[in-house]
Amino acid sequence: MITKRIIPCLDVRDGRVVKGINFEGLQDVSSPVELAKYYSANGADELVFYDITASAEGRKLFTEILTETAKSVFIPLTVGGGINTVDDFDRVLKCGADKVSVNSGAIRNPNLIYEAAKRYGDQCVVLSADVKRVDGVFRVFAKGGRENTGMEAIEWIRRCADMGAGEIVVNSIDTDGVKRGFDLEMLDAVCNTVSVPVIASGGAGCIEDFITLFHNLPKVDAGLAASIFHFGEVRICDLKEKMAQSGIPARR
Amino acid sequence: MIAIVDYGVGNLFSLASSFSAIGADAVATSDPDIIRAAERIILPGVGAFGDAAQKLRDTGLDRVVIEEADRGKPLMGICLGMQLLLEKSYEYGEHEGLGLIKGAVRPIADVIPKGLKIPHIGWNALHVTRQTPLFKYLKEGDCVYFVHSFYGADCDESVIATAEYGVHLTAAVANKNVYGCQFHPEKSGEVGLNILRAFCELEAQA
Repeated sequence: MITKRIIPCLDVRDGRVVKGINFEGLQDVSSPVELAKYYSANGADELVFYDITASAEGRKLFTEILTETAKSVFIPLTVGGGINTVDDFDRVLKCGADKVSVNSGAIRNPNLIYEAAKRYGDQCVVLSADVKRVDGVFRVFAKGGRENTGMEAIEWIRRCADMGAGEIVVNSIDTDGVKRGFDLEMLDAVCNTVSVPVIASGGAGCIEDFITLFHNLPKVDAGLAASIFHFGEVRICDLKEKMAQSGIPARR
Repeated sequence: MIAIVDYGVGNLFSLASSFSAIGADAVATSDPDIIRAAERIILPGVGAFGDAAQKLRDTGLDRVVIEEADRGKPLMGICLGMQLLLEKSYEYGEHEGLGLIKGAVRPIADVIPKGLKIPHIGWNALHVTRQTPLFKYLKEGDCVYFVHSFYGADCDESVIATAEYGVHLTAAVANKNVYGCQFHPEKSGEVGLNILRAFCELEAQA
């Protein structure tokens, strides 16, 4: 049986992991390579590297770090941040990324999804959508959640899946950082719309939040989080054990 | 030395890195002489079957791979590379494969229950149906990483492992010195690296 995936997300700026990290036994806690190795050895099913660099040098550094990581970590790697063209896909795939996540780049140019899927296959193209309720309607936000595009989110996600996005990361701005659980209502709406894998993001605060997610929404394929893993509030091995005890298929 | 056959399909970075990580000497090459001189051959592949099979034929490397396999050299196809080992594929039309393993490539949509997602993507447990040296380090319940929408059908006694996705899908095949994995050992963590290790330890068959 296919297992539910647990995915830590690393924000990288100028070659370092952003957000303080607190791990015993890690010499260099903000080295993306070291952290990726740590997660890989401790049960992460996949890793997301998010490039939040603005400068060209930073981007070059990110690409080097990605190459270094892909040489020593042998689980799927998804890369996002600053992906605006098919050339950007090419750049990160050559460094060992397996999947590429698009967000604002696809909002500016939806054809990017189609072009990339045609060249690299649907399985390679991940749509990441930042979604927030505005007057009771799910809306897509751009620029890291700062700008309301006015687009209706479920329709946008359906359109992207039709164009070739092979997976959807749904990041609820409403629950992000609140740590009181994933946005089940929003995720349910997405799961009922698309038939490609859906990855839940935003809101996890404890192990129980993942259990609730997978129990209530069996169509959700994976749970993504950042700080609760980085700060050691949730250890992936403990989470996997609890999932297995609760009858949720988990890779251990 | 291990030759990773480079026929212009997909990215060989992760495969080369994973062999390097287990201390094996592997090189991605399109040179027939290097492939002939290698002790083992990996046939990788991503994308569509028809396109990949055509590229393999255009480069003439299909003959090299078949000849070396016939000489008893250990050969392993990975993902689409496994599918290319079979006799034919029904992915967008009908295409000839290398015919080193019995069977045909068909859409998983034909066999899996409605409601399951396509592609079959993620970590799934390997069920060993026939013990082979390739699995000597494998433990019951070990998971590997899959990404595929087509599968090896009618492989019969060549099936050495399956993965349960509503039905039992072919996960690995073997015929003497020829092996194939539908999953990605180079993306399957320590379990995958151990499968590559076991492949590096296979003896050539006369």
